[in-house]
Amino acid sequence: MSSKQMSVFKKRKYTYLAVFGAIAFLYLFSSFITKFNMEEGLIAFPNAAIWMAENLIPDEKAFERLPKIIDKLIETTLLSVAVTVVAAVFAFFFSLFGSKTTRINGAVNRAVRIIASFFRNVPDVVWAIILMFSFGQNILTGFFALFFTTFGLLTRAFIETIDEVSSSSIEALNAAGASFMQIVFQAIIPSAITSIITWVLFMIENNIRNSTLIGILTATGIGYLFDMYYKRLEFGSASLVVLSIVVLVIAIEMLSNLLRKVIR
Amino acid sequence: MDTGSEAAVSEMLRSPMFEHRRNGKIRIKSHDKSNTAIKLLVVCLAVITVYAFATFDYKDIDIAEAVSITLHNIKVVFLEPKLNYDTFSGIMYQLLITFCLGVISTLFGAVLAFFCALLCAKNISSSFMANTIKSIVAVVRAVPTVLWVMIFAAAAGLGSVAAVIGLTFHSFAYLTKMYAEAIEEIDDGTIEALKASGASFWQIVCQAIIPASISSMVAWTFMRFEINFTNAVAMGAAAGAGGIGFNLYMAGSFYFDLNELGMITYVIVIAVILLECVSTKFKAKVK
Repeated sequence: MSSKQMSVFKKRKYTYLAVFGAIAFLYLFSSFITKFNMEEGLIAFPNAAIWMAENLIPDEKAFERLPKIIDKLIETTLLSVAVTVVAAVFAFFFSLFGSKTTRINGAVNRAVRIIASFFRNVPDVVWAIILMFSFGQNILTGFFALFFTTFGLLTRAFIETIDEVSSSSIEALNAAGASFMQIVFQAIIPSAITSIITWVLFMIENNIRNSTLIGILTATGIGYLFDMYYKRLEFGSASLVVLSIVVLVIAIEMLSNLLRKVIR
Repeated sequence: MDTGSEAAVSEMLRSPMFEHRRNGKIRIKSHDKSNTAIKLLVVCLAVITVYAFATFDYKDIDIAEAVSITLHNIKVVFLEPKLNYDTFSGIMYQLLITFCLGVISTLFGAVLAFFCALLCAKNISSSFMANTIKSIVAVVRAVPTVLWVMIFAAAAGLGSVAAVIGLTFHSFAYLTKMYAEAIEEIDDGTIEALKASGASFWQIVCQAIIPASISSMVAWTFMRFEINFTNAVAMGAAAGAGGIGFNLYMAGSFYFDLNELGMITYVIVIAVILLECVSTKFKAKVK
């Protein structure tokens, strides 16, 4: 082995060591700050597994509640589809003003991007708390809390999609003297529709998981059902809620994978 | 018309989308399977949305009043942020705790996911093993993070341990999928060459798999860290897991103090945007 090759391996070794050291430091610092104890975690884990095996089994009472759980599950699914579709429509028209290819106005572009970034980065937890004051325990609380973050995320995604996908066809239609709406319907929508749908399917999946969290905070939907059983220490029923969420999420994941294959 | 646009038009017309009809007109739509599927899907989604709005239980809420109160509250939160209960340094310390919860759970998740991905990448593992692990991971991923945290809090007691294990579970499942996909993209030739020259499994891992997939793995890990940070905020609020999320929850649902809520929100938003910037720069460097 020549000395040059040797140095390559040596260099790789040193890089690995440096990265390992940095990670170890990060771990030690973080566990000091959060008072996380590795031993405690390692002991807690098997105990938790045993506890779960003993308690998280749906009992008879849980199955009596199954119709109620399925009812809430359907509500959650409808909610996440409705939120995502409405947010996607708004985000699409909004993203037209944020895309560079539609060449509306540099200042408008920037403003749209900043607004989208604002809605994307304010946690849905904050929206949920704010809306709790005015809408109370209502399905609209969850709707708007999910709507704002979904809107922010989809606007950014659609801006990127439109920028990527349709610059040449927009240029062509512009040159042929097409109006703004003609450009939107003849160039932008046809060329961006597959990625738009992929994003929408992804967000529906995501929103089902997020609506559980929002439900716990705002006492609505499937999250509330879990929280209620959990706080009453009826873990049999709580585990049935978890299982039903798992079945729903996996079913939606499989469905959207299938759809993605068909529309490609 | 400038030449660039002309070129674009001709390029567009030459594409297979524009077949000429017999009467000389240009056919501008293609009728294939994917087009019909897209139309069907859009109609289905629209119908579900309308049905959803029609069947929601609105509990006779006065929407106009609720909206006006919401707008007023949003104005107070975002235009008059002020700390009344916590000190600024206290908030920053809680932010650090949330940050560190994100770091630990991402690290644990990444290490576990790396070994699991080795077992379930199709090109280096048996298909039975790969499918079994992928199904288990899909189930773990389907459970929302907040439920993992609450389940572990019930089993192991509230505190950083429950939060870390709960957050780790979901990140582990997510990263296993992403790492396995990264490994499956590696050129088969490299692995075959090492196998042919008699390299052991770990030699293949260290000399072929890690160097070839490290950059996308790092990118996915960073992306997961950003998600874990926001998740850690949410866990503090919804599951009492500590950190700045708990302050958020207290300000909103206990003190009913919108000014305080606004200040904490700004701290979180600025932290998230900073993280996004750092991770974009870092990802660009690794690539």
